[in-house]
Amino acid sequence: MYVAVKGGETAIRNAHALLAEERRGDPAVPELTLEQVKEQMALAVDRVMTEGSLYDRDLAALAVKQACGDLIEAVFLLRAYRTTLPRLAVSEPVDTATMDIRRRVSATYKDLPGGQVLGPTFDYTHRLLDFSLAETGHPQEKPAHGDAAAIPERMPKVVDVLDHEGLIEREIAPPEPAEATDLTRVPLDFPAGRDARLQNLARGDEGFLLALAYSSQRGFGSAHPFAGEIRMGEVAVEIVPEELGFAIEIGDITLTECDMVSQFKGSATESPKFTRGYGLSFGHCERKAMAMALVDRTLRTRELGGEALYPAQDEEFVLSHSDNVEASGFLQHLKLPHYVDFQGELVTVRHLKAEAARRRPEQAEIVP
Amino acid sequence: MGVLGRASGDDLERAWRSLGGKPDYVAVRAPETGMVMVRSRAGGTGAPFCLGEMTVTRCAIETADGRVGVSYLAGRDPRRAEIAAVLDALLQDPARRAALLREMIDPLAARQADARRARRAKVAATKVDFFTMVRGD
Repeated sequence: MYVAVKGGETAIRNAHALLAEERRGDPAVPELTLEQVKEQMALAVDRVMTEGSLYDRDLAALAVKQACGDLIEAVFLLRAYRTTLPRLAVSEPVDTATMDIRRRVSATYKDLPGGQVLGPTFDYTHRLLDFSLAETGHPQEKPAHGDAAAIPERMPKVVDVLDHEGLIEREIAPPEPAEATDLTRVPLDFPAGRDARLQNLARGDEGFLLALAYSSQRGFGSAHPFAGEIRMGEVAVEIVPEELGFAIEIGDITLTECDMVSQFKGSATESPKFTRGYGLSFGHCERKAMAMALVDRTLRTRELGGEALYPAQDEEFVLSHSDNVEASGFLQHLKLPHYVDFQGELVTVRHLKAEAARRRPEQAEIVP
Repeated sequence: MGVLGRASGDDLERAWRSLGGKPDYVAVRAPETGMVMVRSRAGGTGAPFCLGEMTVTRCAIETADGRVGVSYLAGRDPRRAEIAAVLDALLQDPARRAALLREMIDPLAARQADARRARRAKVAATKVDFFTMVRGD
């Protein structure tokens, strides 16, 4: 337990002023603008929006700048800001089948309707540092233009290909109105429904989910998934305002979606088929969406008749520890004054040491 | 509203400046910024879940001739929301609707479609054919 302390106001104010100076860095270097962060650090902005659970590129860029590039701190700033805003509406579920595709790949079919569309990707780069970027204004190769009509308005979903053969489980919408658990309104409870799990994972820390997904791939859990489809692009968001009573589009958001497909040998009640794991993020957070899809599937182990033996399959372990704002807060609270606690422990350890010395005086001398 | 929602603040401001016969109006609800919880579906088609929130700004106005215009636009720009609400009211006026669509909304929609097409052309150039190699060759 920590205790309240008083004083230190001047030191705190000065520390924050010092932080502000360090944030600014060398004043001879031009100050970073939010436009620059938004345009040129776009993936940092996307990650902060996803884990901050608030889609607003300007706010996320401000958070990245304010946090000196510490993305988890930036996520915290965004989460704190969202508590100041009223909730005006809940959207209709977005339809990712209508996504205006900027990237779409599948590892399960070479030739698939709509084709493999790489879009802007780090894949197939050689991961060699590009020293031409060390100077500003160095000319970059211009992207080529193809036939816009080659990208269908409605890109077919890869899982539907398997669905036609009856080889994959179906995701069927429950009858309307279907309520979804909202973890910003109700606390997480176990066993958690898939809706609560997906929301938790969508907000969850990318590094944590990446490590969990990796652990299951390496054998701590039996996930042998295929990336059925990864797609990224823009989707329209619709709401039905109370005063209007009909749906209106409020704008587009960028989403990254991943469908993982895993073999399933069947159980007493289910026939053999492919099962699915689902990942979705704001912006272009591909690694996050893939890790989320994999962990969504490992968390379905019990409902598919398996036994949850490994961390990635244990929903209480995963969902309770995925949130980096909570995790960071609990870890960093250790910096708060624990003077009374520590004094208590000091007395206890001194006492125990004295007692041990009384019992075995010869040992007490060699204890440093 | 979809077209207005996708239009940038600059585009809306330009459209507003070029608008003839601006109506007198009062704010029923001054521009207010809040959030919309974005929902999606498990697997794209299954049960809904809450993905995360997005910022939105809404506004409602009433014109002197009694038409109420409402807007909800992604982002936090009160000016955009106000212009969109007034345009929403004007679009309900049968005497002005056709001209507004023709002179303002359609050109905005066309510009947005052009931008989408241009982006799609660049994306199309990244479409690949993978050739499966025979293992052991």
